[in-house]
Amino acid sequence: MSTVTHPSGDRTSPKRHTPPPATPDGVLSRGRELGGRIFNGFSHVFLAVWAVMVIYPLLWVVMSALKDDSQVIREPLSLIPDELHWDNFSRAWGEGHLGAFFLNTLLVLVGSVFLTMLLGSMAAYVLARYEFPGNRLIYYMFLSGLTLPIYLAAVPLFKGVYNLGIAFPLLGPNKHLMLIFVYVAWSLSFTIFFMHSFFRTLPNSIAEAAMVDGASHSRLFFSVMLPMSKPGLISIGIFNVLGQWNQWYLPTLLMQSVAGEPKNQVISQGLIELSVNQGYKSDWSGLFAGVTMAMLPVLIVYIVFQRQVQSGLTAGVGK
Amino acid sequence: MRHGVARFVTGFLALPVALYLFYVVWPFAQAAGYSLTSWGGYSDKQEFVGLDNYVRLFSDELIRKAFWHNVFFLVTVPLFTIALALFLAFLLNVGGREDRAGIRGIFGSGIYKVIFFFPQVLSLVVIAVMWQQIYRSDGQGLINGLLIKVGLVDADNPIAFTADPEPFLGVPAVLWWLLLIAVWSGAGFYMVLFSAAMQSIPKDIYEAAILDGAGRFHTFFRITLPLLRDTISVAWVYLGFIALDMYALVFVMTPSQGGPNHASEIFASVLNFTAFQKGQFGYACAMGVSLAIFTILLAALQLRITRRERIEY
Repeated sequence: MSTVTHPSGDRTSPKRHTPPPATPDGVLSRGRELGGRIFNGFSHVFLAVWAVMVIYPLLWVVMSALKDDSQVIREPLSLIPDELHWDNFSRAWGEGHLGAFFLNTLLVLVGSVFLTMLLGSMAAYVLARYEFPGNRLIYYMFLSGLTLPIYLAAVPLFKGVYNLGIAFPLLGPNKHLMLIFVYVAWSLSFTIFFMHSFFRTLPNSIAEAAMVDGASHSRLFFSVMLPMSKPGLISIGIFNVLGQWNQWYLPTLLMQSVAGEPKNQVISQGLIELSVNQGYKSDWSGLFAGVTMAMLPVLIVYIVFQRQVQSGLTAGVGK
Repeated sequence: MRHGVARFVTGFLALPVALYLFYVVWPFAQAAGYSLTSWGGYSDKQEFVGLDNYVRLFSDELIRKAFWHNVFFLVTVPLFTIALALFLAFLLNVGGREDRAGIRGIFGSGIYKVIFFFPQVLSLVVIAVMWQQIYRSDGQGLINGLLIKVGLVDADNPIAFTADPEPFLGVPAVLWWLLLIAVWSGAGFYMVLFSAAMQSIPKDIYEAAILDGAGRFHTFFRITLPLLRDTISVAWVYLGFIALDMYALVFVMTPSQGGPNHASEIFASVLNFTAFQKGQFGYACAMGVSLAIFTILLAALQLRITRRERIEY
């Protein structure tokens, strides 16, 4: 992949040897201008090629979802369905259980994202702005979670959940509430890491003024500090929504049926199963419809909020 | 007043800390404990075997294989992704026309950025299932289909992709095909990241360089790239984590989750295989602990190597 840089170097190499052309009034030499044009054209071609490489597979999946099975097999490459087969979607939604997967995912995410944000910013706030013994210890404990591989915890985690489920059935395997708590716990590390640095930057003077006016500590947090950190909350919120929507390992591990009841699968977990089963059912168009339904909502949300999503996701790395 | 603060701090921390301890810390601590036993995972028989499991790791053929595959991803995923992302960001930001005001970003760079970022919002599972169809080893697959049509590939002998254990440049072909997916899905994100970093470099530095007669290549290699050093090193660390976590791709895309014939095993897949198929849970935990130590050492090492004086502007 990296070798593609060579053409650009070759084509523009004459340009490199031109002497410094900038004349005092800023007029550029002809040779340099020509080199610029060529480079501009090359840039457009390369960027367009990569854009096609990104879009074409996505478009192909969406379009294949609208073909019927015989066309998928006869003309696998075509982007134009003979007829629009919307029934693929209803089949994936009903028989493929995608409707149920969506509902499960939604139920879990509403609770888990809200709780992650609330508990995460509460903990981050206290750790960032109050001094007490053990502060560093707790902060580093949360931070260490960023480096540990999740697979290592798999079996003890399942055992813990299983045992807890005996005492509190709602917190056992295959329960929405349990998955909410697990998602929250596993999202806390990054949320706290992110919000911690954010709360540190908030000015002290406003906090002091609010205290002088007689606000309690929690009142100060909920009515003053939290509203002030809205940009940070939006970034980390987007990060958590995407991260938890895309989570597949934890649900595969924990949303298992223990007593033979049907599994409450979430969307990515269900898709894996669909793609494995499709092998012997050979319902290709149904699979394409399932993938389309899983990816279109996220893509649409992204296109609408693209600025926030881009800055939200890159802000996490920029720290 | 002091009393109020203590109560407030405890009240705010109690629930998050409790959840974290139970669902994250406790399982890890237990895993570390199990790694010293010969526990099978199902029975109650747990014999203490000391460091035997760790000693065994060094003579395990499968682990050695998986280790080198992990190293392969660890080197190639960041290398190719960053190179491609930098190149794309370079084209976006200096590919435009040159005029009195300096070199401009390319026309339509906003749209390119939106498109290149697409794979980042898709889940790894969706990407894996999608690429499974692209990589199909018959005329139905996107790539094989196209190549057969053009005549580059024989219809009776299509590319096997993730079912191909034959080495290419000394590494099983299946790993290269998985690498391609990782680069495809990561390049756009890091391009947006680098692009943002490039734009935060003050304009007057460029103006001064152009006044001195530097062209766009000189400005890029002599000014932009050195100033991006911090961002690139952070990206390298993040991509390192991603490279260690190629499990979703291996899980969905390769035959028998690590195949064919163990050609695409990585640490995580061997761990899962050992714990759940072979029922050697204590041994699997030893693998996990080693992987954790390896990860932390690597992150520390990378941060140490890439740490340098920060340039403030």
